[in-house]
Amino acid sequence: MQNKSNSKSTGHTQTEPTVVRWALITTSLVFLALFLALPLAAVFSQAFEKGLSVYLEALKEPDTLSSIKLTLITAAVTVPLNLFFGVTAAWAIAKFSFPAKNLLITMIDLPFSVSPVISGLIYVLIFGLQGWIGPWLQDHDIKVVFAVPGIILATIFVTFPFVARELIPLMEAQGKEEEEAALVLGASGLQTFFLVTLPKIKWGIIYGVILCNARAMGEFGAVSVVSGHIRGMTNTVPLHVEILYNEYNYTAAFAVASLLAFLALVTLVVKTIAEWKVRQALENN
Amino acid sequence: MSLFKKHNNVLPGFGMTLGFTIFYLSVIVLIPLSALGFRTMGLTWSEFLSTVTAPRVLASYNVTFGAALIAASINAVFGVLVAWVLVRYRFPGRNIVDALVDLPFALPTAVAGITLATIYSSNGWVGRYLEPLGIKVAFTPLGITLAMTFIGLPFVVRTVQPVIEEIEVELEEAAVCLGASRWQTLSRVIFPVLLPSILTGFALSFARGVGEYGSIIFIAGNMPMVSEITPLLIITKLEQFDYEGATAIACVMLLASFLMLLVVNILQKWSRRYAE
Repeated sequence: MQNKSNSKSTGHTQTEPTVVRWALITTSLVFLALFLALPLAAVFSQAFEKGLSVYLEALKEPDTLSSIKLTLITAAVTVPLNLFFGVTAAWAIAKFSFPAKNLLITMIDLPFSVSPVISGLIYVLIFGLQGWIGPWLQDHDIKVVFAVPGIILATIFVTFPFVARELIPLMEAQGKEEEEAALVLGASGLQTFFLVTLPKIKWGIIYGVILCNARAMGEFGAVSVVSGHIRGMTNTVPLHVEILYNEYNYTAAFAVASLLAFLALVTLVVKTIAEWKVRQALENN
Repeated sequence: MSLFKKHNNVLPGFGMTLGFTIFYLSVIVLIPLSALGFRTMGLTWSEFLSTVTAPRVLASYNVTFGAALIAASINAVFGVLVAWVLVRYRFPGRNIVDALVDLPFALPTAVAGITLATIYSSNGWVGRYLEPLGIKVAFTPLGITLAMTFIGLPFVVRTVQPVIEEIEVELEEAAVCLGASRWQTLSRVIFPVLLPSILTGFALSFARGVGEYGSIIFIAGNMPMVSEITPLLIITKLEQFDYEGATAIACVMLLASFLMLLVVNILQKWSRRYAE
């Protein structure tokens, strides 16, 4: 690593002329400002357009509060489940070798390449009234689709790979010598995991969890298909934003949207820190 | 089970963790996805074909895949530029810009959707300057392209960026010593090394655009035959309780994204030939 950074710093003597360099920097900054910074600024500007009191009023509305509650519940169920899955999958994949491992990794990544709309649709096909077990569920008065369980299932699906795909390469790179040493010295399996492995993958877990959480709280397409849009009942925050916007209640829509935009900013900050820490951990390895 | 166990691995928990992984994967992903396939089999081949090739559906493929192709191309150009600038040049605020590139990943799609629609509507921040020029973005296919560009940008930057970081400076120095101009070095030495990652980013950005829903529907206008995207058509069919129609179209889209996944995998294998 030492070597590399040395060669890199000398390499900067060979580069484009200053004019070209600044032209390229300016072009990319203008592009990013137009595409990223401007929308971000617009969310907050629209939200506070009519002043702080209107903003707060919009957030205190009962339907808004119930959508916030549902979103928090959804994330509170989804994130721990996918975290547990991510850690177990990474343990099996990174620490052992077995046939068809790459196929398994590809299948774990699968939800990322499925359209959010299809992610919702598949649960309607199974649990909906015309679905596989829909009629049975109705006989027993269990609601999955157009109710909270469906929203949670669809959210679990779309956030499925986040923790696993972060931990697998990290744990593979870290190898298993330290775990083996701990076991030889008499630690139990769980002790080895919690005292040896966990401290090493801590920032990888934080990275995966923060992204998983951001997507769980912000998912729109998949949840929109299974929710049924019942105000105050099955509306998550993003769905509530849609309803307010379609009712031409722009200030309220952007006020609620600003909560999600703020979450996105927090996510970016934590993610940047975690990324830096993971890189550090790998270099110390 | 003994077949699976690698000899003398002393770490515990293999059977349990792999077992849970496969169980959870099956329950959450594989069985639900297979429902799509089984449901489609309920249709005869001609029913399936007439559903997925109806004029309104074909028009939606045109809009969706066309806009995604343009958006991915824009991202391929600007994404490489942004990645290059972020890795090679130093300027104030670089770290913040670097972090901001991931905004489309972190910002919920519905928020992106209503914001883009507002900015580019005829009296919005940008729309009001484009309108006199005769450029309408909101509620046209152009708006769809714009939204897809927004959500696809990080894919190209984040696949190309690490490859630029890894380029050995010796490679460029060798080119210069052999008498290459800067432009020749860039186009003949650096570009071929970057190409697989650029194509990977392009494919990822394209695939994301094709499946995207939330950030598009607010700005698209959603006019059948003109600015209606395929994912929206699936939802429309569902709302009309046309489950078979929705499933058939979803199947076509799923096949398209699996195809993209395959292309990405092949590209990544190809890019690894430079790794050694």
